[in-house]
Amino acid sequence: METEPYILLSAILFTIGAVGVLVRRNAIVVFMCVELMLNASNLALVTFAKANGNLEGQVAAFFVMVVAAAEVVVGLAIIMTIFRTRRSASVDDASLLRF
Amino acid sequence: MTAFWILAPIMVLAAIGILFVRKAVHAALLLAVVMISLAVLYAGLDAPFLFAVQIIVYTGAILMLFLFVLMLVGVDASDSVVETIRGQRVLAALLGILMVVTLVVGLSQVSFGTVVGLDAANEGGNVEALADLLFSKYVFAFEVTSALLITAALGAMVLAHRERTVPKAGQRALAEQRMRDYAESGKHPGPLPAPGVYARHNAVDTPALLPDGTPAEASISRVLAARGAVRTARADQVDEVVRQLAAPGSQTEVVDVPEREGDDVTSASDVAVGESDASAPGSDSSTRAGDHSTGEGERA
Repeated sequence: METEPYILLSAILFTIGAVGVLVRRNAIVVFMCVELMLNASNLALVTFAKANGNLEGQVAAFFVMVVAAAEVVVGLAIIMTIFRTRRSASVDDASLLRF
Repeated sequence: MTAFWILAPIMVLAAIGILFVRKAVHAALLLAVVMISLAVLYAGLDAPFLFAVQIIVYTGAILMLFLFVLMLVGVDASDSVVETIRGQRVLAALLGILMVVTLVVGLSQVSFGTVVGLDAANEGGNVEALADLLFSKYVFAFEVTSALLITAALGAMVLAHRERTVPKAGQRALAEQRMRDYAESGKHPGPLPAPGVYARHNAVDTPALLPDGTPAEASISRVLAARGAVRTARADQVDEVVRQLAAPGSQTEVVDVPEREGDDVTSASDVAVGESDASAPGSDSSTRAGDHSTGEGERA
């Protein structure tokens, strides 16, 4: 097994997720892109765990998953609340805090 | 490594697809492809516990949550094509290319050394080894994680909960409201018309036809109208179908029409069922619609 292809794949997935956050309008799809970035970093962590013969990378990936689950729950609840009051899930519409 | 070379292009294509698909549901499905492929990669990287957790937590729980919220948010969830900030997409694409180039160049200059492998660390089982780490070195982080999860659950409950400010309208109040509407604005107090009556199909996406042959908008579900999934069902199209069905050697059925003029009930049910002899009742209904149009017009 080589380490490099896995890390490159992780980097590419992370970049695609970052571009998705910048490009997409729909708040839910933006959230999915954030998830994609978290998954990409998880892949790098697991790869490094194997490369170094050390399980701490896998523990870190596990914690990332837990935090991602908590984040998704709260984030989607916020999106639902915004949708309920503004009838729109677009990230451009929620601009009340802009000055 | 073969699994990697098969899955990596699939994952990259699916991830790029997330950027381009219009519907959020399709994006969720593509994300599921990426996540399941990642789980397989984890299995190949000697991480069986994370393989299971990836499938159970990510594809099982998180993506289902996404689909749930998409279902609640509903038909309005598709993206608009117009840019609100000019040149945003071009800039984002440039930034993305820049980032990928930087990462690839940077990574290609690093030597990762020889792979040690997890055979020694996984000797007593991957789950056991992970548990050893979690409950000794990382036990504080583990405890904090539980606090985080409880906070998230409470936050979701608080955010998604809606306090009712006015009492729920009961059956009596609704009936009174209906009659008041009828008295004030003449709004029909009864149920809405059923879809598909006297139309080509009795499907729910086909509006009922009014006596003058125009579709009745009220007979179609609001959701279907918002999705743009409503079929057109004009009376002239009914005539068209009748002509197509009655084209070769079925003159007798068309001649049949005046006899059937009287019995409304059977011809109406024939049209609704739409059986093989739909040609005669079809033309029947359109002529009948013409007959009744004056009376209906007065009522409306």
